[in-house]
Amino acid sequence: MAQIIVNNVQKVFKTPGKDVIALKDINLEIKAGEFVCLLGPSGCGKSTLLNAVAGFALPSAGEITVEGKKITGPGPDRGMVFQEYALFPWMTVAQNIAFGLEIQKKEKAEIDLTVNQLLDLLHLNDFRDRFPKDLSGGMRQRVAIARVLALDSPIMLMDEPFGALDALTRRNLQDELLRIWEKLGKTILFVTHSIEESIYLADRIVVMTYRPGTVKRDQVVDMPRPRDPSSAAFNDLKRELGRLVMEEQQRHADAELKLAAID
Amino acid sequence: MKNLKDFLHGALVPVLLLILWEAGSRFGLFSEVLLPSPTAVAAKWWAYLLPMQPQEAGQSYLAWLISGELLHDAYSSLFRVIAGFVIGAGLALPLGLLMGASPRTYDLFNPLMQILRPIPPIAYIPLAILWFGLGNPPSFFLIAIGAFFPVLMNTIAGVRQVDGIFLRAARNLGVGQWTMFTRVILPAATPYILAGVRIGIGTAFIVVIVSEMIAVNDGLGFRILEAREFMWSDKIIAGMITIGLLGLFIDSAVSRLNNHLLRWHRGLEH
Repeated sequence: MAQIIVNNVQKVFKTPGKDVIALKDINLEIKAGEFVCLLGPSGCGKSTLLNAVAGFALPSAGEITVEGKKITGPGPDRGMVFQEYALFPWMTVAQNIAFGLEIQKKEKAEIDLTVNQLLDLLHLNDFRDRFPKDLSGGMRQRVAIARVLALDSPIMLMDEPFGALDALTRRNLQDELLRIWEKLGKTILFVTHSIEESIYLADRIVVMTYRPGTVKRDQVVDMPRPRDPSSAAFNDLKRELGRLVMEEQQRHADAELKLAAID
Repeated sequence: MKNLKDFLHGALVPVLLLILWEAGSRFGLFSEVLLPSPTAVAAKWWAYLLPMQPQEAGQSYLAWLISGELLHDAYSSLFRVIAGFVIGAGLALPLGLLMGASPRTYDLFNPLMQILRPIPPIAYIPLAILWFGLGNPPSFFLIAIGAFFPVLMNTIAGVRQVDGIFLRAARNLGVGQWTMFTRVILPAATPYILAGVRIGIGTAFIVVIVSEMIAVNDGLGFRILEAREFMWSDKIIAGMITIGLLGLFIDSAVSRLNNHLLRWHRGLEH
């Protein structure tokens, strides 16, 4: 049985005037250890779907189960990495990583051990006693990943985690993430609007439509890693997905124009 | 030597003013009673600082050295500020945290707070004397009121401005309500709370001087009022200068505490 099952999920945002259907008839099955990207233009509901799996905003209809259990709220079995890092600025790097373990009332020696391992794994040793304000964006996102890994949750949810980083840092962290994923065997659900990023990373790419958000294409990426973004196969897929995403982007742009015209 | 240059630059106007003032006094431009010369004020300040009695037998040298009137007054005022502030802020902090976090508590207390807040602490003086008599207690009461509202308002604002992303991240890590409060909301609100503390201490310091003019017989506020009775203008000014120095000392102490507690904060150099 699949680890994450999204079953007929709908999400409606009630706004004064009219309701916005953010997600409609979403059905997905994600196997343990799979790396899945949710791809689409802004407003397609990919973050809404991720937040529903995280338990921050539950579906209006349908249900999401993890390991057969229905999701009713957020929990440390589904660690989330945010685009804005969301590190606690008043805690040092080590304290941020340890925080989730302290909440679980783990013993100090065990916490220290885990923190040290993660500092090693993400090359953060020199930064353990620094505060987030002293770190670059890439370093902060490493800490955020370490903080989620500390929970040792089987599932990692990532909401455009590398969206705010420059291209080189981004590639560097993508490689790190793949290395960690291969080593630890996590299930990763990763939201992005970058076609290239999704092809570079994912086992499977779920392309979503602009409002209402539905699954437009469920694409398996069958290329060996490390993937070469300049290869022919990579670019064929990029062109194909680009066409799909641009159709939705166009609908997004049209809708915005229509909205502007009404105003 | 940029620092020295800056210092000289900043000292220019005050020094010039002192020279004019001194010269004016020497040439008899100002009445010695109404505006004594700077040197006379300095001499008085020094006398005010030094011990009044000769060292007694059995008294340690240090105890004798700090037995002067000025140090006693400064200590009394500082004690009142701290005691009153601790009472006021100690009540404001938990109430502010509650009001910031719970809209229901906020709705319950906010109307009362908005009515009480504009009443200056000085307006409580008659009641303070009726309720608490003479001595320290009415001072504590007035200072506590002066410190209460800045700390309360800033704590409420601080809790309300906590970025939702921190709450989401914490919930994702499995944080319960109490831990959320103590380890996420409270630290996230600290910059606001400390800004309130700084304003509150400032208000407390104003109120202490006023409160000492009514019900006690020591402290810097009492001393300058007493000096007026005897037309000791030099002592009034010496007392005022001491108030300024004590205020500066308190503010830099709070600012140091700020820098330490907020060493993680983006806008601060350390």
